[in-house]
Amino acid sequence: MNGAVAARLPDGRLHLQHGPIDLIIEAFGAPDQVEPAYRQAIERFSDVLPTLVGELALLRRPVGDACPLPRGPVARRMVEAVWPYREVFITPMAAVAGAVADEVIQALCAGRSLDKAYVNNGGDIAIHLSSPHSLRAGIFARALDGAVELTHDQPVRGIATSGWRGRSFSLGIADSATILASTAAAADAAATVIANAINVDHPAVARRPARELDPDSDLLDLPVTVAVGRLPPPLLDQALARGVAEARRLRFCGLIDSAALSLQGRWRIEAPCRGGKKAVQ
Amino acid sequence: MSDELALTEAEQTAGIIRCDACPVLCRIRPGRAGACDRYANEGGKLVRLDPLVLLAKPDLARVAFVEGSSSWPGELGPNVLGRGEGAFVTGIGATTTYPDYKPAPFIVSSRHEGVDMVTVVTEGIFSYCGVKVKIDTDRYIGPEQAPVRVKGEAVGHVTTAEYGSQMLSLGGVHHLTGGSKKEGVVTCDALLALCNREAVELAIDGGSTVVVQSGQPPVVNGQREQRMRVGCGSAAIGMFAPQWKDHVDEVIVVDDHITGVLTEHQGGRFLDMKPAGIRVRGRKSTPGRYFQVAEPGLGWGGTHISNPLEIIEKIDPRQAWAGLRLLMVSTTGEHSAWFELDRELKPQPREMPLAVRLVVERIAENCEPALCTVLFMAGAGGSLRAGVTENPVRLTRSVRQTLTKVTLGGVPAYVWPGGGITLMVDVAGMPEKSFGYVPTPALVAPIEFTLRADDYAALGGYASRAVTLEDVLRGQRVRIGDSS
Repeated sequence: MNGAVAARLPDGRLHLQHGPIDLIIEAFGAPDQVEPAYRQAIERFSDVLPTLVGELALLRRPVGDACPLPRGPVARRMVEAVWPYREVFITPMAAVAGAVADEVIQALCAGRSLDKAYVNNGGDIAIHLSSPHSLRAGIFARALDGAVELTHDQPVRGIATSGWRGRSFSLGIADSATILASTAAAADAAATVIANAINVDHPAVARRPARELDPDSDLLDLPVTVAVGRLPPPLLDQALARGVAEARRLRFCGLIDSAALSLQGRWRIEAPCRGGKKAVQ
Repeated sequence: MSDELALTEAEQTAGIIRCDACPVLCRIRPGRAGACDRYANEGGKLVRLDPLVLLAKPDLARVAFVEGSSSWPGELGPNVLGRGEGAFVTGIGATTTYPDYKPAPFIVSSRHEGVDMVTVVTEGIFSYCGVKVKIDTDRYIGPEQAPVRVKGEAVGHVTTAEYGSQMLSLGGVHHLTGGSKKEGVVTCDALLALCNREAVELAIDGGSTVVVQSGQPPVVNGQREQRMRVGCGSAAIGMFAPQWKDHVDEVIVVDDHITGVLTEHQGGRFLDMKPAGIRVRGRKSTPGRYFQVAEPGLGWGGTHISNPLEIIEKIDPRQAWAGLRLLMVSTTGEHSAWFELDRELKPQPREMPLAVRLVVERIAENCEPALCTVLFMAGAGGSLRAGVTENPVRLTRSVRQTLTKVTLGGVPAYVWPGGGITLMVDVAGMPEKSFGYVPTPALVAPIEFTLRADDYAALGGYASRAVTLEDVLRGQRVRIGDSS
């Protein structure tokens, strides 16, 4: 069995990988702060996957009336992030990528004085920002499709993206639902829920029971999207409107900061007004 | 735990397998990958999606497919690799290990002609890398130093032309990481495609659009190049003058670089040919050799002209005569025309005599097929070497002393003199899909260092980590190199 591996990329960033977890990490600050920070992240990372796996059965079960009480710190972050969504079908696995990113950035920053940092777990990103620093994050398909300037005084420390083409299954048809929230785990869970909401039925949309594709899927026999053909424009607008409505609801509940949704070349933004400046351009 | 690991009968019937590559222990359905996208279920077998590539022997012809034409034979036929003797593990699919100071993924020991050898096999991430492209054409592709673009992004430039060929230098650290994100991504994509021998369309500022593919003729502005010129116009005169002598009064070999005029040229004078008095345009270099007779272009001999008479400035009546026989031909023999001067000393097109035609055909015959060649060039610098030895500079010195041979995907690399391990290799000889990329952006290429086991120990190598070839074959999914 392969263990966790740590690497420095040629440009100095830190790469941590273990099984399906793939983290790209960059810390900004004085070298005598950055290097120990990287060591802390590597140290913390070594048992993240084994600990998660120990409670996998619990984490793959949908949350309901009773709040599950896992022991691992990453697992607790996952449960906390999905708990607000217990009325719909959701399992803590919906927040696993973001929760891992949050856990590792906490280890990275603990006791260190860093200007800023990020932990990118396959597109789900945890962020650290201290005054007066800011971070520019982009949504890439092949080129820059959108960009957002995150300043230290905004309540955003997590970014996540969900969509049917991504590594996890989606019930919806969105190409991407990118969410800014207070933590990466919160963004991850909300991205799953909002991407699921971007949906319409049409013969061009093919779905299959999740377990037919992956016997271990936490989505059991729910129909997950496997193909989305060209859809008529009114249906695209309808699906996106559902996503925007869900994003707005979550924003008013204080669960997310903003959302950028894309479907077959169309984009919708749901974001608070910030002095006339749009959060996502 | 063991109970949990066991698959149910129904699962087994469905062809599901259990991946044990990491603690997640995914159950994977046939034809699908696990959560990491690195391991998959292929026909009931757990396979790495990026298999190691084996070659029968370094430097030698690649092994044939085991069965039929499948490039994924699945297993090693006994006739191909026997017990693994003589096989060579390439870095393709070896992956890298991190941190870099850990030993390379595979350190394979073998015996070669009675000597214990070690091959250190890894995949390098090359931030400093690019390709040098040689395009066999005299057609004008653009001015030297002009930017070369893909999808509007500058990915390199036109560099010093070579004999019969135009040269491009593409990629490099400034385009990969020094410009915009898009420039880096487009450059990386273009390099990756070129190195994997795919066709890439390149647009040159102030010049042509060229489709380049390793081992294929270039396509310049939609026109597929056939042949390299036999030489410049002057060289063509020098080569064929004796064969023309008895059948012509004058030959003009049209060439964008140096246009040759037979009777003025040393080649004609030596044969005592009579001056014909036909003056061509351009700037005279030495007798019978003219620069810039026309603009560069896609017509005769890399000039823009389609009517060769346009390059004739005047015909001197004191020297020329009615009935004078004139051959005009390009440096590839692709274009040719036969004229005779009429009573007003005006050239009139006539049917070309057979003897002359044969020499024109001989020019064409002597032109080699025009090809694009793509050399991958990169620096195996800093940290990559740390996976080979604890004392990286000794590896550099060992390479320099040719004690260590450097190959990429089994193809010997040319290592530049001077510091570091800066190498070049022809991608044409490498197995298919040898190259990958990381989002940095940078290219990932296989690299193998082969040296004597005792030399390896002496330079501080991880000799204790060496495994036998049989161990590699047992533990790894392999595919057999399928390059030509």
